[in-house]
Amino acid sequence: MSSVLFDVPGPRAVVRNRLIGVLTILVVLAVLGWVVWRLFATGQFSAAKWNIFTYSAVWVRFGEGLLSTLAAFAVAGVGSIVLGFVLGIGRLSDHAWVREPVRWIIEVLRAVPVLVLMMLLYYGLPVIGVKMPPYFAVVIALIVYNGSVLAEVLRAGIESLPRGQREAGYAIGLRKSGVMRLILIPQAVRAMMPVIIAQLVVALKDTALGFIITYQELLFVINLIGNQPTYNSPLIPAAIVGGSMYVAVCLVLSYIAYRLQRRAKRSPKQAAVAHNAAADDESTMTEVIALQSRAGKHDGSNSGAQGL
Amino acid sequence: MGVITDNLDLWGEALGGTIVLFLGGGLIALVLGLVVGAARVSPVPIARAVGGVYVNWIRNTPLTLVMFFFAFCLPILLGERVNSLLLTVVALGIYTATYVAEALRAGINTVPVGQAEAARAIGLNFGQVMRYVVLPQATRSVVPPMMSVLIALLKNTTVAAGFSVLNLGSIRSWLSERGENALVVLLWVMVIFVVMVLLLGWVQRVLENRWRIAR
Repeated sequence: MSSVLFDVPGPRAVVRNRLIGVLTILVVLAVLGWVVWRLFATGQFSAAKWNIFTYSAVWVRFGEGLLSTLAAFAVAGVGSIVLGFVLGIGRLSDHAWVREPVRWIIEVLRAVPVLVLMMLLYYGLPVIGVKMPPYFAVVIALIVYNGSVLAEVLRAGIESLPRGQREAGYAIGLRKSGVMRLILIPQAVRAMMPVIIAQLVVALKDTALGFIITYQELLFVINLIGNQPTYNSPLIPAAIVGGSMYVAVCLVLSYIAYRLQRRAKRSPKQAAVAHNAAADDESTMTEVIALQSRAGKHDGSNSGAQGL
Repeated sequence: MGVITDNLDLWGEALGGTIVLFLGGGLIALVLGLVVGAARVSPVPIARAVGGVYVNWIRNTPLTLVMFFFAFCLPILLGERVNSLLLTVVALGIYTATYVAEALRAGINTVPVGQAEAARAIGLNFGQVMRYVVLPQATRSVVPPMMSVLIALLKNTTVAAGFSVLNLGSIRSWLSERGENALVVLLWVMVIFVVMVLLLGWVQRVLENRWRIAR
């Protein structure tokens, strides 16, 4: 295998690579060994610690937690896509009085941490008499944040399309709305699909912030089950079980993004815009824009949202 | 304005906490990310696999859960109390390192293979290829995404608020005890974050313009 960094290895390099491989294995084994040793030493594998998982009520509680997480994610995901379209189209408006305010709204909303938005909704608004359950604080904060991020994604996607697409649309007599709806958005959405799904993974992960403002989602359940003194406070077993659920759900979504990207890369039409390093970052925008503006200058091995 | 001027001590401490989280987490993330990123592009299949598992595992775990593991589970494993600031800094570093590693890997992949092949063809050795050909080009395409990672890290420091670390994310509960208006406090926190993020964004643009590649 040849890459930018190294040539096909010769005999000396092969020996060296094997040595590094062995060293890597040793380091990983040492870390894993230490964790397993500490787990044993602190009695995490004892039957008493796992006893609580023999009750079906506990599993039902975990299921409820997972459902709460998914419920917040589903609404937040759909909502942020809708808001993303609204803000993204507003950002591309021909009228400066629409474009500029929307630009500032997006800039500000992207700069504020999601947790602070949640706290503002949950702890701040009651001061002026607006009270809401934590579920709505979580959902609204996620919609507002991810919506503004998706707006930038959509804008970058539309701006990366060749000018001729828009001009051809006008030439055949479409109006602005028609050009946007029939020509620009379908292409931009398809090119940006991996980034959009990667952003949805971010939204899914951020539902866990609800834990901090007392939304009873999966992490809340982990904490609740893990602190039952009558069952030996099985915090680590509970974290292992609940954590696996989180990782499994996120991995599924990431894998979808990865597959979509692979498919986009195979189709030659999309290849120019589809791959960008931006897809795998939480704060994707600057990158998307930076990379889109010099699109086509990367070789195909550059990857975006890395699934599994 | 009274919310700030009357409680300067607490705002100072909170801002200090955020900056410690940002710098400490950033340092760990850069060092660990460099190692993992190097492993991800190395010619050693095992190192690539280990790096891949680490990156994909941590990136598909919510930061809150990573911090939960570090703040609540690690002290149980160690069998002793540990400073929660230290634990959250390490959690932030380990989480952000995956993004740093991916930014590095993506940056190195933007350098066309022909560049390095040409460099090898004229007889440069590995160190020279890296120093004169690959790294100068890779650095330029790594800087903008790396700044995005740092901006995300700055915003992520607020998550430490859930684990009893005083920072800008948790100052609301401290000031509420002093009877301050939570809404006003949180609006000020928003303003501070917008200013800090715009500042980092400005640095990003300056660096980007300075190091733009003419290819």
